[in-house]
Amino acid sequence: MAEFLSLSEAVEGALADGDTVAMEGFTHLIPHAAGHEVIRQGRRDLTLVRMTPDIVYDQLIGMGCARRCVFSWGGNPGVGSLHRFRDAVQNGWPGPLEIEEHSHAAMANAYDAGAAGLPFALFRGYRGAELPKVNPAIKFITCPYTGEELACVPAIRADVAIVHAQKANRDGDVLFEGIVGVQKEAVLGAKRSVITVEEVVDDFGAVGPNAVILPKWTVGAIAAVPGGAHPSYAHGYYARDNGFYKAWDKISRERDTFESWIKQHVLAGGPEDFAKHAAAA
Amino acid sequence: MSDYTPAEMMSVTAARALRNDDVCFVGIGMPSEACNLARLTHAPDLTLIYESGTLGTKPSVLPLSIGDGELCETAVTTVSVPEMFRYWLQGGRITKGFLGAAQLDRFGNINTTVVGDYHDPKVRLPGGGGAPEIATSCGEIYIVMRQSVRGFVEKIDFVTSLGHGSGPGDRERLGVTTKGPSLLVTDLCVWKPDPETREFTVVSIHPGVTRGEIEENTGWDVRYGAQVEETPAPGAQELEALRGLKARTEAAHAVPEKGEAAE
Repeated sequence: MAEFLSLSEAVEGALADGDTVAMEGFTHLIPHAAGHEVIRQGRRDLTLVRMTPDIVYDQLIGMGCARRCVFSWGGNPGVGSLHRFRDAVQNGWPGPLEIEEHSHAAMANAYDAGAAGLPFALFRGYRGAELPKVNPAIKFITCPYTGEELACVPAIRADVAIVHAQKANRDGDVLFEGIVGVQKEAVLGAKRSVITVEEVVDDFGAVGPNAVILPKWTVGAIAAVPGGAHPSYAHGYYARDNGFYKAWDKISRERDTFESWIKQHVLAGGPEDFAKHAAAA
Repeated sequence: MSDYTPAEMMSVTAARALRNDDVCFVGIGMPSEACNLARLTHAPDLTLIYESGTLGTKPSVLPLSIGDGELCETAVTTVSVPEMFRYWLQGGRITKGFLGAAQLDRFGNINTTVVGDYHDPKVRLPGGGGAPEIATSCGEIYIVMRQSVRGFVEKIDFVTSLGHGSGPGDRERLGVTTKGPSLLVTDLCVWKPDPETREFTVVSIHPGVTRGEIEENTGWDVRYGAQVEETPAPGAQELEALRGLKARTEAAHAVPEKGEAAE
């Protein structure tokens, strides 16, 4: 049942060392403020699940929070590499990082299966691709009706899902708009959830009857963090900070510039720092 | 003599291959540039789909990411990512997939995963993303990339996405019913698969480019089609549309003056 907490209380209550966490948001609504909170709380040995690790996991990996990463596309979109992710995979810095690599179709289906309470996801995929040779979680199964061979991967059912949304109402229902990604599936498939929102409102106002809403009884902790998706964005609130995504390439390329950036902006910061990004829009 | 760049030649040539009634699954970078140029010139009704869930989007600038806000704001509709991959891509509703590659072989097999060994990579690349299923579920695949011996290799280090495998019959043996790579546009020339061997052969050479240059920038023995034409140079309207698109894009994605934005 939805509970309104501060971000630090919400993360502390939901996430422990060694947990599997899915911080989702497909380019849009990436929970960056919550990622910073996880770094500040010094979590270790996490299994990080996310279709696109993006800057949020680059930061967590570079700060040594992760033991393992489950992903399907690990780049800085339109810019190039995620340097901290790459440094961990290629050089084991700041520690070794196990990877479990999939395609987007596989992970999207795996989240769907997680939300549906199924043990695995079934799809027409990986044909002729080599990932099944290096990822033992990918298997194939024969359709009992047609004999067609189909791919399957385990459902994603994280200990904790962390997502960002536009609005919660005072009851604790949560509204997502725009590119809705796999956030709903990630939350429904997880044991616990933390949802940061741009604002808490009395009433969602005029939304269509098919709006993407997670009812309060499917939601865990809610924390209001205006601007909390920056440098990702919140549709209807502020735009993606593409300039920052480009700037991240330089910040993250070397270990020392990365660490000094984190020190200044994460360790010495707090969720309230994100509000200026919402206000700037 | 030319008043356009090889990169512009590549984008314009790739754009021309798209038809007004195509439904196109678009990757970021060069594919996105070519697809939007087509939409701004000869194919205004071209349906562009980005894997973030945006169907029929019409951005005014090129998105930096696959899920920039403008893609959603200008789309006919935006669906969830599971729906995108299940109903739209796997469901067979997309006629053309547009892909790039870090490494490509003569059969159009694509590597975007690693250079070197998977478990001990020399270079860890971003990975497949949507490509493994785009490559097999879209009606056909267009590939657009710059030519170099690093990129055009005899053997790719990892098969991220299937092209024509090792030749005729491989896709069918794997249960794949779509056409696979049918066009490869580079900064030097245009390639199409030989109908019998499925190997990419050069069918058209860009103005001013020599066979020697193509061969120097290809890591396998280049084959040429029976008839090799000269690719028509970009027209004034095409160049104007492309340059306008790129100028708007650069202005929209500028890095802040200070060089380092806040967190």
